[in-house]
Amino acid sequence: MSRAWEAVIGLEIHAQLSTASKLFSGAPTAYGAEPNTQASAVDVALPGTLPVPNRAAIAKAIRFGLAIDGQIASTSVFARKNYFYPDLPKGYQISQYELPIVGRGTLAVRVDDGRTIAVAIERAHLEEDAGKSVHDAFHAETGIDLNRAGVPLLEIVSAPVMHSAAEAVAYMRTVHTLVRWLGICDGNMQEGSFRCDCNVSVRPAGTTTLGTRTEIKNVNSFRFVEKAIEYEIERQIRAIENGETIVQETRLYDPTRHQTRTMRTKESADDYRYFPDPDLPPLVVTSADIERERASMPELPGARRARYVAALALPEADADQLCADKATADYFEAVLSALPGEAKLAANWVLGELAAALNEAQTPIEAARVDAAALATLLARLREGVISGKIAKEVFAAMWNGEGGADAIIEARGLRQISDTGALAAVIDEVLREFPQQRDACRGGQEKLFPFFVGQVMKRTRGQANPQQLNALLREKIGLETA
Amino acid sequence: MSAPFASIDALAADLAARRVSARDLAERALANARRHAHLNAFIGVDPERALAAAERAGNARGPLAGIPFAHKDIFCTKGQRTTCASHVLENFIAPYDAHVAERLDAAGAVSIGKTNMDEFAMGSSNENSAFGAVKNPWDEARVPGGSSGGSAAAVAAGIVPFATGTDTGGSIRQPAAFCGVTGLKPTYGRVSRYGMIAYASSLDCGGVLARSAADCAHVFAAIAGHDPRDATSAARAVDDVAASLDAPLAGLRIGVAREYFGAGVDDGVAACVREALAELEKLGATLVDVSLPNAHHAIAAYYVIAPAEASSNLARYDGVRYGHRAAQPKSLDDLYSRSRAESFGAEVKRRILVGTYVLSAGYYDAYYLRAQKVRRLIAGDFAQAFGDVDLIAGPTAPTTAFRLGEKSNDAIAMYAADVNTVAVNLAGLPAISTPAGFVGGLPVGLQLVAPAFAEARLLNVSHRLQQVTDWHARRPEGYA
Repeated sequence: MSRAWEAVIGLEIHAQLSTASKLFSGAPTAYGAEPNTQASAVDVALPGTLPVPNRAAIAKAIRFGLAIDGQIASTSVFARKNYFYPDLPKGYQISQYELPIVGRGTLAVRVDDGRTIAVAIERAHLEEDAGKSVHDAFHAETGIDLNRAGVPLLEIVSAPVMHSAAEAVAYMRTVHTLVRWLGICDGNMQEGSFRCDCNVSVRPAGTTTLGTRTEIKNVNSFRFVEKAIEYEIERQIRAIENGETIVQETRLYDPTRHQTRTMRTKESADDYRYFPDPDLPPLVVTSADIERERASMPELPGARRARYVAALALPEADADQLCADKATADYFEAVLSALPGEAKLAANWVLGELAAALNEAQTPIEAARVDAAALATLLARLREGVISGKIAKEVFAAMWNGEGGADAIIEARGLRQISDTGALAAVIDEVLREFPQQRDACRGGQEKLFPFFVGQVMKRTRGQANPQQLNALLREKIGLETA
Repeated sequence: MSAPFASIDALAADLAARRVSARDLAERALANARRHAHLNAFIGVDPERALAAAERAGNARGPLAGIPFAHKDIFCTKGQRTTCASHVLENFIAPYDAHVAERLDAAGAVSIGKTNMDEFAMGSSNENSAFGAVKNPWDEARVPGGSSGGSAAAVAAGIVPFATGTDTGGSIRQPAAFCGVTGLKPTYGRVSRYGMIAYASSLDCGGVLARSAADCAHVFAAIAGHDPRDATSAARAVDDVAASLDAPLAGLRIGVAREYFGAGVDDGVAACVREALAELEKLGATLVDVSLPNAHHAIAAYYVIAPAEASSNLARYDGVRYGHRAAQPKSLDDLYSRSRAESFGAEVKRRILVGTYVLSAGYYDAYYLRAQKVRRLIAGDFAQAFGDVDLIAGPTAPTTAFRLGEKSNDAIAMYAADVNTVAVNLAGLPAISTPAGFVGGLPVGLQLVAPAFAEARLLNVSHRLQQVTDWHARRPEGYA
């Protein structure tokens, strides 16, 4: 970005609340069902049907409000957003307009460059999703699938306070982590459970008036959000520098070309004729409702991350990664509780060996084939010197393959480290006898030969020699000064 | 075998003594409907279903078991055509029963069919029906009132002992007045709207039209109560209206609203209402002069709020999923505009246009928001008045039934006739229209309005009046 310009970005994130049934009907919300098999009379908008609010969705919105220290409205209002579209059965969407359930809050966001920014969240409101038009199922005709119609969404609206694509993506990731952490959204972006509209404008650096914004609709990956915003900032700057005026409009992101293009301009925008939904009395949230949710709130990712750095002395990068999702952090803590004082070792293994195995198997950590207690046992053997780090990796692989617990595998495979000085000394003597020239050369100053002897001993002990012990004993026997 | 019916209590006694069967009563009602078919009170009569229901009713107990009735065609009835008197729903068969239908079914009442009405309950004359106007049995050249005109005519003609109705701005009370029957509009939220096709959701109210307050009480007891399927349904317990029906009126304070006797109120109508009030005075009630200073704003507020809600409620009739669909649409917009243009009547279109307008950007504050403020003022007027009186009285309608076609080209004149009824809906209060005499052979209705959830008081006062007068018992000539 040219230094003369400052970008201003606000995001509207739609998080699908993970409830069993829809926001205003009893129909199920499971993804991927046969078209129109999860649409009740309410969802199809048959005459005489009425919406009834789903308390579980309201509870999840309250949890989000608590997590961002937001103002939870004791009374909020469902409104109708009126427009005609085939996938909108009632001819209006039930949303919240003037009085949302969650008012102003804030979220601390760690940007990749190490800065932490406070992103103001203006509001979060409940609304129902629309259905889906299916264009490829019938020749020259459009099908309508109403399975999504009525699914509960929490629309999370940030203030226009971000100034780069990197900040916007970091914010989006933080929200993504948070909603999954709270158990209110599965965060599945392929299935559309978490998607984003980006409002972008630019202004001369150092000024405070907002420029004309464009809105990029329905971007459904972190990378696309980054690319779309980057493109849009550049496009707007180029346009202004060429003497053009930015038009307030809705744009679509084309992921194949990494560009945005006009969808509709403000002149042709709909007048949604919002008004309070007369079928739904004002939504009342009591302090008891709020306290009930507060009582079951988990430690939040920001707090936990800070604790890992301050109390466990973990590097910030480790803390970030462990707190990227709650299941990983919980796994780490379960390992740590069985292995007190070994935070760094536990973190290394959770983020290293375990993460690699999960990644390779495409398995979520909840379904890890080595549970936290089993991993803790393995790490305990490593700490006790029963096995070396190298052997530990071998044992972990065997555990992952279902061969049993760490102790059983160590026994069965005879992997117990040789820590018996006598036994180890015998092997060393044997090696030194076999390679007298090398021994003398090493003793005479060619220390680069030392690893050769280590390798020979390890080979004869099948890796079971205790490395520290081997090192010390070998130096002594060759006649080198102890390191 | 066609003949009008006695009271529900008398019919129940006959059924209990096995002097008649539920089937006999259903057959009689069906015969009545055939005999009076020229009234056009019904959109659909379903003898097979009625007789099957009569068989089932043999097992039910309670005052309504085996009693025939008719549903306004705005209540969804499972497996049966429910049209709302609109071409758009001409072939709509609901897959569920409305709450009101379920409750009456459970009480053993036997529906013989669906009554005519103004399309989507929009109208005060029943001339806005896709299935033709309904005639008033007292004078077949006159309207029965609306929108529950078919229900009122069917009860007045003695076809059925009672019929369900809905009241958004007077749609139970005004036809009850025009047809000389008793019509109860309960408190908003007292009767579930589930399965009742929406016109203006914040005003719509299910209720009953019958020959007497005592009959209305039985039906009210059956249909009132909480329903979790309607988020606006009241959770509070329902009063035992039968228990207080005969309570004495001594000490009762009835506010006579001077605004209800304003310009436009026919002198004969006013005289009848005053005579009925005098009867109540004789029964021990005290008449008190009260004022509802914002009453004259009610029509304007109502005809902003109701169309606003209607414009949104009726958006679902788009030809996409069910209902009338235009042939060979050229585009999506063409599908929408022709499907709707071809199937909505003129009054429905007028209200959709008005409603769309008052909700539009730039007009919302001046119309919709202001109308909501007026609505609060009107509710405040009632609250103030009820600080001093137990009921508020006036004529239900300013005139008796007008001639068919007399106002059908003058929407404003038609709307103005709702002057005394719409404020009650805006305030969400219960009200009853009870017969109060005749002017030129046409019935007059006395409207009584009560505080929220005081239906028992309305039924009690109406019942006591009916014990000392016979206006409610008279039959139009040819329907005895």
